[in-house]
Amino acid sequence: MVDSALIWGATIVYAAAMIYLGYLGWKKTKSGEDYLLAGKNVKSWIIGLSYGSTFISTSAIVGFGGYAAIYGMGIIWLAALNIAVGVLVAFVFFGKRVRKIGQRLKCQTFPELLGRSYNSEFIRWFVALVILIGMPLYAAAVLIGGAIFMSNTIPGLLFSDALLIFAIITAAYVITGGLRAVMYTDALQGALMVIGMIVILAITITSLGGVESANQQLTDLAPQIPQALKDQGMNGWTAFPSFLSENWFSVVATIILPVGIGVLAQPQLAVRFMTAKNAKTLNRAVPVGGIFLIMMTGFAFTIGAWSNVYFWNNPDFHTISFLAAGKDIDSIIPLYINTSMDQTIVTMFMLTLLAAAMSTLSSLFHVMGSAAGYDLWATFKKAKFIPQKWRGEESGKTSLRINRYATIIMIVISLALALVMPKKGGVIAIATAMFFGVCASAFLPLFVHTLFAKRPSKSAARISLAVGTSTWFAWTLFVFAKDSTVFGISKALFRTDSLLSKPWSIIDPIVIALPLSTIALIIVYYWDKRSRMDAAAVAPTT
Amino acid sequence: MLGIEDPWIILGYAVLIISAIACVVYGWMKRNSEED
Repeated sequence: MVDSALIWGATIVYAAAMIYLGYLGWKKTKSGEDYLLAGKNVKSWIIGLSYGSTFISTSAIVGFGGYAAIYGMGIIWLAALNIAVGVLVAFVFFGKRVRKIGQRLKCQTFPELLGRSYNSEFIRWFVALVILIGMPLYAAAVLIGGAIFMSNTIPGLLFSDALLIFAIITAAYVITGGLRAVMYTDALQGALMVIGMIVILAITITSLGGVESANQQLTDLAPQIPQALKDQGMNGWTAFPSFLSENWFSVVATIILPVGIGVLAQPQLAVRFMTAKNAKTLNRAVPVGGIFLIMMTGFAFTIGAWSNVYFWNNPDFHTISFLAAGKDIDSIIPLYINTSMDQTIVTMFMLTLLAAAMSTLSSLFHVMGSAAGYDLWATFKKAKFIPQKWRGEESGKTSLRINRYATIIMIVISLALALVMPKKGGVIAIATAMFFGVCASAFLPLFVHTLFAKRPSKSAARISLAVGTSTWFAWTLFVFAKDSTVFGISKALFRTDSLLSKPWSIIDPIVIALPLSTIALIIVYYWDKRSRMDAAAVAPTT
Repeated sequence: MLGIEDPWIILGYAVLIISAIACVVYGWMKRNSEED
Protein backbone atom coordinates (compact mmCIF):
# COMPACT_ATOMS: atom_id res chain seq x y z
CA MET A 1 0.00 0.00 0.00
CA VAL A 2 1.17 3.50 -0.74
CA ASP A 3 0.48 6.91 0.75
CA SER A 4 -3.23 7.72 0.29
CA ALA A 5 -2.75 11.44 -0.33
CA LEU A 6 -0.17 10.83 -3.06
CA ILE A 7 -2.17 8.23 -4.93
CA TRP A 8 -5.55 9.97 -4.61
CA GLY A 9 -3.96 13.29 -5.64
CA ALA A 10 -2.39 11.69 -8.74
CA THR A 11 -5.66 9.91 -9.60
CA ILE A 12 -7.69 13.12 -9.32
CA VAL A 13 -5.24 15.10 -11.50
CA TYR A 14 -5.32 12.29 -14.05
CA ALA A 15 -9.13 12.10 -14.05
CA ALA A 16 -9.37 15.90 -14.43
CA ALA A 17 -7.05 15.77 -17.46
CA MET A 18 -9.21 13.06 -19.06
CA ILE A 19 -12.40 14.99 -18.44
CA TYR A 20 -10.85 18.17 -19.90
CA LEU A 21 -9.81 16.29 -23.07
CA GLY A 22 -13.30 14.78 -23.17
CA TYR A 23 -14.69 18.33 -23.04
CA LEU A 24 -12.47 19.36 -25.99
CA GLY A 25 -13.80 16.39 -27.94
CA TRP A 26 -17.39 17.20 -26.99
CA LYS A 27 -17.04 20.79 -28.25
CA LYS A 28 -16.11 19.53 -31.71
CA THR A 29 -18.66 16.70 -31.84
CA LYS A 30 -21.81 17.96 -33.55
CA SER A 31 -23.06 14.98 -35.56
CA GLY A 32 -23.14 11.20 -35.74
CA GLU A 33 -20.19 11.22 -38.17
CA ASP A 34 -18.12 13.38 -35.79
CA TYR A 35 -18.97 10.94 -33.01
CA LEU A 36 -18.01 7.89 -35.05
CA LEU A 37 -15.01 9.08 -37.09
CA ALA A 38 -13.72 12.24 -35.40
CA GLY A 39 -14.28 14.36 -38.53
CA LYS A 40 -11.77 12.20 -40.52
CA ASN A 41 -8.92 14.68 -40.02
CA VAL A 42 -6.97 13.31 -37.07
CA LYS A 43 -3.21 14.01 -37.00
CA SER A 44 -0.74 11.20 -37.72
CA TRP A 45 0.97 11.11 -34.32
CA ILE A 46 -2.42 10.97 -32.60
CA ILE A 47 -3.47 8.06 -34.87
CA GLY A 48 -0.20 6.22 -34.09
CA LEU A 49 -0.44 6.71 -30.34
CA SER A 50 -4.17 6.06 -30.27
CA TYR A 51 -3.77 2.85 -32.30
CA GLY A 52 -0.98 1.65 -30.00
CA SER A 53 -2.67 2.58 -26.74
CA THR A 54 -5.96 1.02 -27.88
CA PHE A 55 -4.15 -2.16 -28.89
CA ILE A 56 -2.25 -2.34 -25.60
CA SER A 57 -4.31 -2.62 -22.47
CA THR A 58 -3.93 -4.00 -18.98
CA SER A 59 -4.27 -7.35 -20.75
CA ALA A 60 -0.91 -6.90 -22.44
CA ILE A 61 0.91 -5.52 -19.42
CA VAL A 62 -0.66 -7.43 -16.52
CA GLY A 63 -2.23 -10.42 -18.29
CA PHE A 64 0.46 -11.35 -20.83
CA GLY A 65 3.21 -9.98 -18.55
CA GLY A 66 2.00 -12.60 -16.04
CA TYR A 67 2.09 -15.26 -18.77
CA ALA A 68 5.70 -14.30 -19.52
CA ALA A 69 6.49 -14.80 -15.83
CA ILE A 70 5.19 -18.38 -16.05
CA TYR A 71 6.01 -19.49 -19.60
CA GLY A 72 9.15 -17.38 -20.08
CA MET A 73 10.55 -15.31 -22.92
CA GLY A 74 9.03 -17.42 -25.72
CA ILE A 75 6.12 -15.00 -25.58
CA ILE A 76 8.44 -12.30 -26.98
CA TRP A 77 7.31 -13.64 -30.38
CA LEU A 78 3.94 -12.10 -29.62
CA ALA A 79 5.60 -8.70 -29.13
CA ALA A 80 7.46 -9.24 -32.43
CA LEU A 81 4.18 -10.08 -34.23
CA ASN A 82 2.50 -7.10 -32.57
CA ILE A 83 4.88 -4.83 -34.46
CA ALA A 84 5.51 -6.82 -37.66
CA VAL A 85 1.85 -7.72 -38.23
CA GLY A 86 -0.02 -5.36 -35.87
CA VAL A 87 1.69 -2.21 -37.15
CA LEU A 88 3.64 -2.79 -40.37
CA VAL A 89 1.25 -5.15 -42.18
CA ALA A 90 -1.81 -3.51 -40.61
CA PHE A 91 -0.95 0.05 -41.66
CA VAL A 92 0.90 -0.58 -44.93
CA PHE A 93 -1.26 -3.30 -46.50
CA PHE A 94 -4.59 -3.02 -44.67
CA GLY A 95 -4.86 0.54 -43.34
CA LYS A 96 -4.56 2.40 -46.62
CA ARG A 97 -7.06 0.16 -48.37
CA VAL A 98 -9.48 0.43 -45.44
CA ARG A 99 -9.26 4.22 -45.56
CA LYS A 100 -9.79 4.28 -49.33
CA ILE A 101 -12.73 1.86 -49.35
CA GLY A 102 -14.21 3.52 -46.25
CA GLN A 103 -14.17 6.90 -47.98
CA ARG A 104 -15.49 5.55 -51.30
CA LEU A 105 -18.41 3.74 -49.67
CA LYS A 106 -18.94 6.43 -47.00
CA CYS A 107 -18.57 4.01 -44.11
CA GLN A 108 -18.33 4.97 -40.47
CA THR A 109 -17.92 1.62 -38.70
CA PHE A 110 -16.22 -1.74 -39.24
CA PRO A 111 -19.50 -3.70 -39.70
CA GLU A 112 -20.66 -1.06 -42.17
CA LEU A 113 -17.38 -1.31 -44.09
CA LEU A 114 -17.77 -5.07 -44.50
CA GLY A 115 -21.52 -4.84 -45.12
CA ARG A 116 -21.28 -2.17 -47.82
CA SER A 117 -18.24 -3.58 -49.54
CA TYR A 118 -20.19 -6.83 -50.06
CA ASN A 119 -23.50 -5.00 -50.46
CA SER A 120 -24.95 -7.22 -47.72
CA GLU A 121 -27.00 -6.12 -44.73
CA PHE A 122 -26.69 -9.69 -43.39
CA ILE A 123 -22.90 -9.33 -43.15
CA ARG A 124 -23.20 -5.96 -41.45
CA TRP A 125 -25.63 -7.25 -38.81
CA PHE A 126 -23.77 -10.49 -38.29
CA VAL A 127 -20.45 -8.68 -37.72
CA ALA A 128 -22.15 -6.22 -35.35
CA LEU A 129 -23.70 -9.13 -33.43
CA VAL A 130 -20.37 -10.95 -33.05
CA ILE A 131 -18.89 -7.69 -31.73
CA LEU A 132 -21.75 -7.28 -29.25
CA ILE A 133 -21.37 -10.86 -27.99
CA GLY A 134 -17.57 -11.05 -27.85
CA MET A 135 -16.42 -7.55 -27.05
CA PRO A 136 -18.06 -7.17 -23.59
CA LEU A 137 -15.91 -10.12 -22.51
CA TYR A 138 -12.74 -8.33 -23.60
CA ALA A 139 -13.95 -5.03 -22.07
CA ALA A 140 -14.68 -6.80 -18.78
CA ALA A 141 -11.17 -8.33 -18.78
CA VAL A 142 -9.62 -4.89 -19.28
CA LEU A 143 -11.81 -3.45 -16.51
CA ILE A 144 -10.80 -6.25 -14.12
CA GLY A 145 -7.09 -5.73 -14.87
CA GLY A 146 -7.21 -2.05 -13.96
CA ALA A 147 -9.52 -2.45 -10.97
CA ILE A 148 -7.44 -5.24 -9.37
CA PHE A 149 -4.35 -3.07 -9.36
CA MET A 150 -6.26 0.02 -8.11
CA SER A 151 -7.88 -1.87 -5.23
CA ASN A 152 -4.58 -3.55 -4.30
CA THR A 153 -2.74 -0.24 -4.31
CA ILE A 154 -5.13 2.38 -2.93
CA PRO A 155 -5.75 1.90 0.81
CA GLY A 156 -9.40 1.09 1.62
CA LEU A 157 -10.60 0.92 -1.99
CA LEU A 158 -12.83 -2.08 -2.73
CA PHE A 159 -12.56 -3.92 -6.06
CA SER A 160 -16.20 -3.12 -6.93
CA ASP A 161 -15.67 0.60 -6.18
CA ALA A 162 -12.50 0.64 -8.27
CA LEU A 163 -14.49 -0.89 -11.17
CA LEU A 164 -17.16 1.77 -10.85
CA ILE A 165 -14.75 4.72 -10.67
CA PHE A 166 -12.88 3.36 -13.61
CA ALA A 167 -15.97 2.81 -15.76
CA ILE A 168 -17.59 6.15 -14.87
CA ILE A 169 -14.54 8.26 -15.78
CA THR A 170 -14.13 6.43 -19.09
CA ALA A 171 -17.86 6.52 -19.84
CA ALA A 172 -17.99 10.27 -19.18
CA TYR A 173 -15.63 11.19 -21.99
CA VAL A 174 -16.67 8.48 -24.47
CA ILE A 175 -20.37 9.31 -24.25
CA THR A 176 -19.87 13.06 -24.52
CA GLY A 177 -16.91 13.41 -26.85
CA GLY A 178 -17.15 10.30 -29.08
CA LEU A 179 -14.13 9.14 -31.09
CA ARG A 180 -12.47 12.57 -30.98
CA ALA A 181 -12.36 12.48 -27.17
CA VAL A 182 -11.30 8.84 -27.27
CA MET A 183 -8.35 9.64 -29.54
CA TYR A 184 -7.27 12.79 -27.65
CA THR A 185 -7.25 10.92 -24.35
CA ASP A 186 -5.57 7.93 -26.03
CA ALA A 187 -2.68 10.16 -27.06
CA LEU A 188 -2.12 11.48 -23.52
CA GLN A 189 -2.58 8.01 -22.07
CA GLY A 190 -0.11 6.61 -24.63
CA ALA A 191 2.50 9.19 -23.59
CA LEU A 192 1.97 8.30 -19.92
CA MET A 193 2.35 4.60 -20.72
CA VAL A 194 5.67 5.21 -22.51
CA ILE A 195 7.10 7.15 -19.55
CA GLY A 196 5.84 4.57 -17.04
CA MET A 197 7.26 1.56 -18.90
CA ILE A 198 10.66 3.20 -19.55
CA VAL A 199 11.03 4.03 -15.85
CA ILE A 200 10.01 0.55 -14.71
CA LEU A 201 12.31 -1.18 -17.21
CA ALA A 202 15.25 1.02 -16.20
CA ILE A 203 14.71 0.30 -12.49
CA THR A 204 14.33 -3.45 -13.15
CA ILE A 205 17.52 -3.64 -15.23
CA THR A 206 19.48 -1.70 -12.59
CA SER A 207 18.19 -3.80 -9.71
CA LEU A 208 19.05 -7.08 -11.49
CA GLY A 209 22.60 -5.96 -12.35
CA GLY A 210 22.16 -5.29 -16.09
CA VAL A 211 20.55 -7.12 -19.03
CA GLU A 212 23.11 -9.94 -19.34
CA SER A 213 23.14 -10.59 -15.60
CA ALA A 214 19.32 -10.65 -15.46
CA ASN A 215 19.13 -13.09 -18.40
CA GLN A 216 21.88 -15.32 -17.00
CA GLN A 217 20.20 -15.47 -13.58
CA LEU A 218 16.92 -16.33 -15.30
CA THR A 219 18.62 -19.07 -17.38
CA ASP A 220 20.17 -20.47 -14.20
CA LEU A 221 16.71 -20.67 -12.57
CA ALA A 222 15.68 -23.49 -14.95
CA PRO A 223 15.96 -26.21 -12.26
CA GLN A 224 13.23 -24.39 -10.32
CA ILE A 225 10.59 -25.02 -13.00
CA PRO A 226 7.64 -26.81 -11.36
CA GLN A 227 7.48 -30.48 -12.33
CA ALA A 228 4.01 -30.07 -13.86
CA LEU A 229 5.32 -27.44 -16.32
CA LYS A 230 8.42 -29.55 -17.07
CA ASP A 231 6.13 -32.48 -17.94
CA GLN A 232 4.21 -30.17 -20.27
CA GLY A 233 7.37 -29.35 -22.24
CA MET A 234 8.74 -26.20 -20.57
CA ASN A 235 12.52 -25.93 -20.97
CA GLY A 236 13.30 -22.76 -19.03
CA TRP A 237 12.38 -19.07 -18.86
CA THR A 238 14.92 -18.16 -21.53
CA ALA A 239 14.09 -21.13 -23.77
CA PHE A 240 11.21 -21.93 -26.12
CA PRO A 241 8.97 -24.88 -25.09
CA SER A 242 9.48 -28.27 -26.80
CA PHE A 243 7.82 -28.37 -30.23
CA LEU A 244 4.15 -29.53 -30.15
CA SER A 245 4.21 -30.07 -26.38
CA GLU A 246 1.26 -28.92 -24.25
CA ASN A 247 3.32 -25.94 -23.16
CA TRP A 248 4.10 -25.10 -26.80
CA PHE A 249 0.38 -25.12 -27.63
CA SER A 250 -0.32 -22.84 -24.63
CA VAL A 251 2.27 -20.32 -25.76
CA VAL A 252 1.98 -20.50 -29.55
CA ALA A 253 -1.61 -21.52 -30.28
CA THR A 254 -3.41 -19.91 -27.34
CA ILE A 255 -1.52 -16.65 -26.98
CA ILE A 256 0.88 -15.80 -29.83
CA LEU A 257 -1.29 -16.85 -32.78
CA PRO A 258 -4.73 -15.44 -31.85
CA VAL A 259 -3.45 -12.10 -30.61
CA GLY A 260 -0.62 -11.82 -33.15
CA ILE A 261 -2.86 -12.42 -36.17
CA GLY A 262 -6.22 -11.42 -34.70
CA VAL A 263 -5.08 -7.80 -34.54
CA LEU A 264 -5.63 -7.48 -38.28
CA ALA A 265 -9.39 -7.90 -37.92
CA GLN A 266 -9.98 -5.87 -34.75
CA PRO A 267 -12.93 -3.50 -35.28
CA GLN A 268 -11.67 -0.92 -32.76
CA LEU A 269 -8.30 -0.74 -34.57
CA ALA A 270 -9.59 -0.86 -38.15
CA VAL A 271 -11.84 2.14 -37.51
CA ARG A 272 -8.75 4.25 -36.78
CA PHE A 273 -7.60 3.93 -40.38
CA MET A 274 -10.85 5.57 -41.44
CA THR A 275 -10.10 8.67 -39.35
CA ALA A 276 -7.05 9.55 -41.48
CA LYS A 277 -7.38 12.33 -44.03
CA ASN A 278 -4.92 10.74 -46.50
CA ALA A 279 -2.32 8.00 -46.99
CA LYS A 280 0.47 10.35 -45.86
CA THR A 281 -1.12 10.58 -42.41
CA LEU A 282 -1.08 6.80 -42.07
CA ASN A 283 2.56 6.56 -43.27
CA ARG A 284 3.63 9.02 -40.62
CA ALA A 285 1.75 7.11 -37.91
CA VAL A 286 3.73 3.89 -38.58
CA PRO A 287 6.95 4.85 -36.67
CA VAL A 288 4.91 6.11 -33.71
CA GLY A 289 3.00 2.82 -33.53
CA GLY A 290 6.13 0.66 -33.91
CA ILE A 291 8.19 2.44 -31.26
CA PHE A 292 5.23 2.58 -28.91
CA LEU A 293 4.61 -1.15 -29.14
CA ILE A 294 8.22 -2.19 -28.54
CA MET A 295 8.10 -0.12 -25.35
CA MET A 296 4.88 -1.74 -24.24
CA THR A 297 4.80 -5.43 -25.09
CA GLY A 298 8.57 -5.82 -25.58
CA PHE A 299 9.27 -4.25 -22.19
CA ALA A 300 6.31 -5.81 -20.31
CA PHE A 301 7.03 -9.38 -21.43
CA THR A 302 10.73 -9.08 -20.60
CA ILE A 303 9.97 -7.60 -17.17
CA GLY A 304 7.42 -10.37 -16.59
CA ALA A 305 10.01 -13.09 -17.24
CA TRP A 306 12.67 -11.29 -15.19
CA SER A 307 10.29 -10.99 -12.21
CA ASN A 308 11.24 -14.61 -11.43
CA VAL A 309 14.80 -13.48 -10.66
CA TYR A 310 13.52 -10.72 -8.36
CA PHE A 311 11.23 -13.05 -6.37
CA TRP A 312 13.92 -15.75 -6.19
CA ASN A 313 16.56 -13.29 -4.90
CA ASN A 314 14.16 -11.65 -2.43
CA PRO A 315 14.44 -13.44 0.96
CA ASP A 316 10.78 -12.58 1.72
CA PHE A 317 9.73 -14.82 -1.18
CA HIS A 318 12.68 -16.93 -2.40
CA THR A 319 10.51 -18.64 -4.96
CA ILE A 320 9.43 -18.21 -8.59
CA SER A 321 6.84 -15.56 -9.58
CA PHE A 322 3.93 -17.98 -10.00
CA LEU A 323 4.27 -19.28 -6.44
CA ALA A 324 5.08 -15.85 -4.97
CA ALA A 325 1.77 -14.54 -6.36
CA GLY A 326 -0.22 -17.46 -4.90
CA LYS A 327 -0.55 -19.15 -8.34
CA ASP A 328 -2.57 -16.19 -9.63
CA ILE A 329 -1.13 -15.16 -13.00
CA ASP A 330 -2.83 -11.76 -13.01
CA SER A 331 -1.32 -10.83 -9.64
CA ILE A 332 2.33 -11.37 -10.64
CA ILE A 333 3.07 -7.99 -12.25
CA PRO A 334 1.10 -5.98 -9.62
CA LEU A 335 2.90 -7.86 -6.83
CA TYR A 336 6.27 -7.28 -8.47
CA ILE A 337 5.65 -3.54 -8.80
CA ASN A 338 4.15 -3.16 -5.33
CA THR A 339 7.01 -4.95 -3.57
CA SER A 340 10.00 -3.84 -5.65
CA MET A 341 9.40 -0.15 -6.37
CA ASP A 342 9.05 2.88 -4.15
CA GLN A 343 5.66 4.51 -3.76
CA THR A 344 6.18 7.25 -6.34
CA ILE A 345 6.90 4.60 -8.97
CA VAL A 346 3.97 2.48 -7.77
CA THR A 347 1.74 5.53 -8.20
CA MET A 348 3.20 6.14 -11.64
CA PHE A 349 2.62 2.50 -12.60
CA MET A 350 -0.97 2.70 -11.42
CA LEU A 351 -1.50 5.69 -13.70
CA THR A 352 0.24 3.78 -16.52
CA LEU A 353 -2.18 0.90 -16.02
CA LEU A 354 -5.16 3.21 -15.74
CA ALA A 355 -4.06 4.87 -18.98
CA ALA A 356 -3.56 1.50 -20.69
CA ALA A 357 -6.92 0.23 -19.54
CA MET A 358 -8.89 3.39 -20.26
CA SER A 359 -7.43 3.91 -23.71
CA THR A 360 -8.53 0.42 -24.75
CA LEU A 361 -11.77 0.49 -22.83
CA SER A 362 -12.91 3.81 -24.28
CA SER A 363 -12.43 2.44 -27.80
CA LEU A 364 -14.26 -0.78 -26.96
CA PHE A 365 -17.19 1.16 -25.46
CA HIS A 366 -17.23 3.34 -28.55
CA VAL A 367 -17.20 0.41 -31.00
CA MET A 368 -19.85 -1.53 -29.04
CA GLY A 369 -22.04 1.58 -28.87
CA SER A 370 -21.73 2.18 -32.61
CA ALA A 371 -22.38 -1.53 -33.42
CA ALA A 372 -25.57 -1.43 -31.32
CA GLY A 373 -26.78 2.09 -32.12
CA TYR A 374 -25.56 2.64 -35.66
CA ASP A 375 -25.24 -0.78 -37.27
CA LEU A 376 -28.07 -2.68 -35.61
CA TRP A 377 -30.68 -0.23 -34.39
CA ALA A 378 -30.38 2.25 -37.26
CA THR A 379 -31.27 -0.48 -39.75
CA PHE A 380 -33.52 -2.57 -37.46
CA LYS A 381 -35.79 0.42 -36.73
CA LYS A 382 -36.82 0.50 -40.38
CA ALA A 383 -38.60 -2.85 -39.96
CA LYS A 384 -42.37 -2.65 -40.45
CA PHE A 385 -43.28 -3.89 -36.97
CA ILE A 386 -41.34 -1.07 -35.24
CA PRO A 387 -43.81 1.74 -34.31
CA GLN A 388 -43.21 5.03 -36.12
CA LYS A 389 -42.78 6.97 -32.86
CA TRP A 390 -39.83 4.74 -31.88
CA ARG A 391 -37.95 5.39 -35.10
CA GLY A 392 -37.07 9.05 -34.52
CA GLU A 393 -35.93 11.46 -37.20
CA GLU A 394 -33.16 10.81 -39.72
CA SER A 395 -30.71 13.49 -38.68
CA GLY A 396 -27.14 13.79 -37.48
CA LYS A 397 -28.33 14.80 -34.00
CA THR A 398 -30.67 11.82 -33.66
CA SER A 399 -27.91 9.48 -34.76
CA LEU A 400 -25.59 11.08 -32.20
CA ARG A 401 -28.19 10.59 -29.44
CA ILE A 402 -28.83 6.94 -30.36
CA ASN A 403 -25.10 6.19 -30.40
CA ARG A 404 -24.75 7.71 -26.95
CA TYR A 405 -27.67 5.69 -25.49
CA ALA A 406 -26.31 2.50 -27.04
CA THR A 407 -22.85 3.21 -25.61
CA ILE A 408 -24.34 3.61 -22.12
CA ILE A 409 -26.14 0.25 -22.41
CA MET A 410 -22.97 -1.55 -23.53
CA ILE A 411 -20.95 0.03 -20.71
CA VAL A 412 -23.47 -1.26 -18.16
CA ILE A 413 -23.32 -4.77 -19.68
CA SER A 414 -19.50 -4.79 -19.60
CA LEU A 415 -19.48 -3.56 -16.02
CA ALA A 416 -21.94 -6.26 -14.91
CA LEU A 417 -19.84 -8.91 -16.66
CA ALA A 418 -16.69 -7.67 -14.92
CA LEU A 419 -18.42 -8.06 -11.56
CA VAL A 420 -19.49 -11.67 -12.16
CA MET A 421 -16.48 -12.98 -14.11
CA PRO A 422 -13.84 -14.99 -12.19
CA LYS A 423 -10.92 -12.82 -11.09
CA LYS A 424 -8.26 -15.53 -11.04
CA GLY A 425 -6.71 -18.14 -13.32
CA GLY A 426 -5.30 -15.74 -15.90
CA VAL A 427 -8.77 -14.61 -16.99
CA ILE A 428 -7.45 -11.29 -18.35
CA ALA A 429 -5.16 -12.87 -20.95
CA ILE A 430 -7.62 -15.69 -21.73
CA ALA A 431 -10.58 -13.35 -22.37
CA THR A 432 -8.39 -11.08 -24.51
CA ALA A 433 -7.04 -13.97 -26.58
CA MET A 434 -10.62 -15.24 -27.00
CA PHE A 435 -11.84 -11.97 -28.49
CA PHE A 436 -8.83 -11.66 -30.78
CA GLY A 437 -9.37 -15.30 -31.77
CA VAL A 438 -13.05 -14.93 -32.66
CA CYS A 439 -12.35 -11.76 -34.66
CA ALA A 440 -9.61 -13.49 -36.65
CA SER A 441 -11.66 -16.66 -37.25
CA ALA A 442 -14.86 -14.88 -38.21
CA PHE A 443 -13.76 -11.63 -39.90
CA LEU A 444 -10.22 -11.99 -41.23
CA PRO A 445 -10.84 -14.06 -44.41
CA LEU A 446 -13.67 -11.85 -45.70
CA PHE A 447 -11.86 -8.69 -44.60
CA VAL A 448 -8.76 -9.72 -46.60
CA HIS A 449 -10.98 -10.81 -49.49
CA THR A 450 -12.73 -7.45 -49.78
CA LEU A 451 -9.48 -5.51 -49.46
CA PHE A 452 -7.49 -7.46 -52.03
CA ALA A 453 -9.84 -9.25 -54.44
CA LYS A 454 -10.81 -7.54 -57.71
CA ARG A 455 -14.37 -8.87 -57.55
CA PRO A 456 -15.13 -9.99 -53.99
CA SER A 457 -17.81 -12.67 -53.76
CA LYS A 458 -20.75 -11.98 -51.44
CA SER A 459 -21.65 -15.68 -51.16
CA ALA A 460 -18.08 -16.61 -50.26
CA ALA A 461 -17.97 -13.91 -47.60
CA ARG A 462 -21.27 -14.98 -46.04
CA ILE A 463 -20.34 -18.66 -45.91
CA SER A 464 -16.88 -17.88 -44.53
CA LEU A 465 -18.35 -15.64 -41.83
CA ALA A 466 -20.86 -18.31 -40.78
CA VAL A 467 -18.28 -21.15 -40.84
CA GLY A 468 -15.63 -19.15 -38.92
CA THR A 469 -18.04 -17.95 -36.24
CA SER A 470 -19.87 -21.24 -35.68
CA THR A 471 -16.68 -23.32 -35.65
CA TRP A 472 -15.00 -20.94 -33.21
CA PHE A 473 -17.96 -21.00 -30.81
CA ALA A 474 -18.46 -24.77 -31.05
CA TRP A 475 -14.77 -25.48 -30.44
CA THR A 476 -14.63 -22.98 -27.56
CA LEU A 477 -17.72 -24.30 -25.80
CA PHE A 478 -17.28 -28.03 -26.37
CA VAL A 479 -13.67 -28.93 -27.17
CA PHE A 480 -10.99 -26.47 -26.00
CA ALA A 481 -10.88 -27.45 -22.33
CA LYS A 482 -9.30 -24.21 -21.08
CA ASP A 483 -12.30 -22.19 -22.30
CA SER A 484 -15.07 -24.80 -22.09
CA THR A 485 -14.34 -25.30 -18.38
CA VAL A 486 -15.00 -21.58 -17.78
CA PHE A 487 -18.35 -21.62 -19.61
CA GLY A 488 -19.47 -24.99 -18.22
CA ILE A 489 -21.95 -25.65 -21.07
CA SER A 490 -20.22 -28.84 -22.21
CA LYS A 491 -20.13 -30.12 -18.64
CA ALA A 492 -23.81 -29.33 -18.10
CA LEU A 493 -24.93 -30.99 -21.33
CA PHE A 494 -22.50 -33.88 -21.75
CA ARG A 495 -20.91 -34.25 -18.28
CA THR A 496 -17.45 -33.62 -19.70
CA ASP A 497 -15.36 -30.48 -20.20
CA SER A 498 -14.25 -31.55 -23.66
CA LEU A 499 -15.94 -33.80 -26.18
CA LEU A 500 -12.55 -34.72 -27.67
CA SER A 501 -9.40 -35.99 -25.98
CA LYS A 502 -5.85 -34.63 -26.22
CA PRO A 503 -4.30 -33.24 -28.34
CA TRP A 504 -7.60 -31.75 -29.66
CA SER A 505 -8.68 -30.49 -26.23
CA ILE A 506 -5.56 -28.31 -25.94
CA ILE A 507 -5.75 -26.84 -29.44
CA ASP A 508 -7.03 -23.26 -29.50
CA PRO A 509 -10.24 -22.61 -31.50
CA ILE A 510 -8.44 -20.26 -33.91
CA VAL A 511 -6.21 -23.12 -35.14
CA ILE A 512 -9.33 -24.93 -36.36
CA ALA A 513 -11.75 -22.10 -37.14
CA LEU A 514 -9.48 -19.75 -39.14
CA PRO A 515 -8.27 -22.38 -41.66
CA LEU A 516 -11.86 -23.63 -42.06
CA SER A 517 -13.31 -20.15 -42.68
CA THR A 518 -10.47 -19.45 -45.13
CA ILE A 519 -11.02 -22.74 -47.00
CA ALA A 520 -14.78 -22.09 -47.09
CA LEU A 521 -14.17 -18.67 -48.62
CA ILE A 522 -11.77 -20.01 -51.26
CA ILE A 523 -14.07 -22.89 -52.29
CA VAL A 524 -17.21 -20.74 -52.54
CA TYR A 525 -15.29 -17.94 -54.28
CA TYR A 526 -14.15 -20.27 -57.10
CA TRP A 527 -17.54 -21.96 -57.28
CA ASP A 528 -19.20 -18.53 -57.48
CA LYS A 529 -16.71 -17.32 -60.08
CA ARG A 530 -17.33 -20.38 -62.21
CA SER A 531 -21.11 -19.96 -61.93
CA ARG A 532 -20.79 -16.34 -63.04
CA MET A 533 -18.63 -17.36 -66.01
CA ASP A 534 -21.08 -20.11 -66.97
CA ALA A 535 -23.98 -17.66 -66.70
CA ALA A 536 -22.11 -15.14 -68.86
CA ALA A 537 -21.32 -17.85 -71.42
CA VAL A 538 -24.99 -18.87 -71.86
CA ALA A 539 -26.40 -15.33 -71.69
CA PRO A 540 -27.83 -14.14 -75.05
CA THR A 541 -25.73 -11.45 -76.75
CA THR A 542 -27.47 -8.25 -77.83
CA MET B 1 24.22 -14.20 -26.26
CA LEU B 2 23.43 -11.75 -23.42
CA GLY B 3 22.70 -14.69 -21.11
CA ILE B 4 20.23 -16.35 -23.51
CA GLU B 5 21.20 -19.57 -25.28
CA ASP B 6 18.04 -20.61 -27.11
CA PRO B 7 18.21 -19.35 -30.73
CA TRP B 8 14.38 -19.11 -30.90
CA ILE B 9 14.35 -16.52 -28.13
CA ILE B 10 17.26 -14.60 -29.66
CA LEU B 11 15.48 -14.69 -33.02
CA GLY B 12 12.27 -13.44 -31.37
CA TYR B 13 14.08 -10.41 -29.95
CA ALA B 14 15.82 -9.85 -33.30
CA VAL B 15 12.47 -9.85 -35.18
CA LEU B 16 11.05 -7.48 -32.56
CA ILE B 17 13.86 -4.94 -32.94
CA ILE B 18 14.12 -5.24 -36.73
CA SER B 19 10.34 -4.75 -37.09
CA ALA B 20 10.46 -1.59 -34.97
CA ILE B 21 13.37 -0.25 -37.06
CA ALA B 22 11.46 -1.13 -40.25
CA CYS B 23 8.49 0.92 -38.96
CA VAL B 24 10.74 3.96 -38.45
CA VAL B 25 12.46 3.59 -41.84
CA TYR B 26 9.14 3.07 -43.66
CA GLY B 27 7.50 6.07 -41.99
CA TRP B 28 10.50 8.27 -42.77
CA MET B 29 10.78 7.22 -46.42
CA LYS B 30 7.05 7.56 -47.08
CA ARG B 31 6.42 10.59 -44.91
CA ASN B 32 5.33 12.72 -47.88
CA SER B 33 3.91 9.98 -50.07
CA GLU B 34 0.22 10.37 -50.92
CA GLU B 35 0.13 7.00 -52.70
CA ASP B 36 -2.46 4.55 -51.37
